[in-house]
Amino acid sequence: MKARITITLKPGVLDPQGKAIEGALHALGFGSAGNVRQGKYIEVEVAEKDPARARAEVERMCKELLANTIIENYAYELEAA
Amino acid sequence: MKASVIVFPGSNCDRDAAVALEAAMGRPPAMIWHGDAELPQSDLIVLPGGFSYGDYLRSGAMAAHSPVMREVIKRAKAGTPVLGICNGFQVLTEARLLPGVLMRNATLKFICKDVHLRVERTDTRFTGRYEKGQVVKFAIAHKDGCYFADDDRLARLEGEGRVAFRYCDPQGNVSAHANPNGSRRNIAGIYNETGTVLGLMPHPERLADPALSGTDGAKMFKGLVEGLAA
Repeated sequence: MKARITITLKPGVLDPQGKAIEGALHALGFGSAGNVRQGKYIEVEVAEKDPARARAEVERMCKELLANTIIENYAYELEAA
Repeated sequence: MKASVIVFPGSNCDRDAAVALEAAMGRPPAMIWHGDAELPQSDLIVLPGGFSYGDYLRSGAMAAHSPVMREVIKRAKAGTPVLGICNGFQVLTEARLLPGVLMRNATLKFICKDVHLRVERTDTRFTGRYEKGQVVKFAIAHKDGCYFADDDRLARLEGEGRVAFRYCDPQGNVSAHANPNGSRRNIAGIYNETGTVLGLMPHPERLADPALSGTDGAKMFKGLVEGLAA
């Protein structure tokens, strides 16, 4: 199965990169852009075919390495590879 | 006394740390490759600065899971002093030996300069040679040095006296102006619960010899050696 994992900063955690991106969008004339937050996107293929077990595996990957849960949230979707 | 310096792929201050340790100990430390699962008996373990694993994913995240770190974590929990400098501090937080996270500097820039720090405690193995409240000059060289912990965690750290160093001006004033990277409460270094694990972003080993235009950092190594050799 394929996992599409999105990692984002928790609300309230300062995101200077997001702020810089927002400033650049404004400079390009996108005055409506606001509250820009940036994050990471990771794809992982998991050999496990059982969705429940694959989900548990991806969950552990996120907690143990892919996200730092002190400052980041993670979310993922699983689909047949 | 025996010291070990852990070398990760991308470490670049391991030899500086070894030179400072040798000057203090009179003998060189063991250099331990990250892939080694075995760690010799050590009275002190140093995680040096650098860019382990190219800072991929998050600074220190990969190194925190390298084979030798399992042993380092075990030793640290058993009371062996561990000093993490710069990338070593990032590795210690990722390994959960120290709380909080080092995030991208608020300026988004890599900063390389000498900074002043206020010594918050002198009753630990690392700071016995300093005076309480003393202002010391160490060097910083990092892009991910902005210390973050949530309000509850910060309150607990302050309450337990676990802040080791704070960024300050040359007079010792801890101000926003003296904060180079946006760290919460100007925190430059913290201890674990027992004061035996220290992580700090500034580099004591870079100002540990008169030829390097400063010797404030040498006192950390001398103090450690005096305490551990006794």
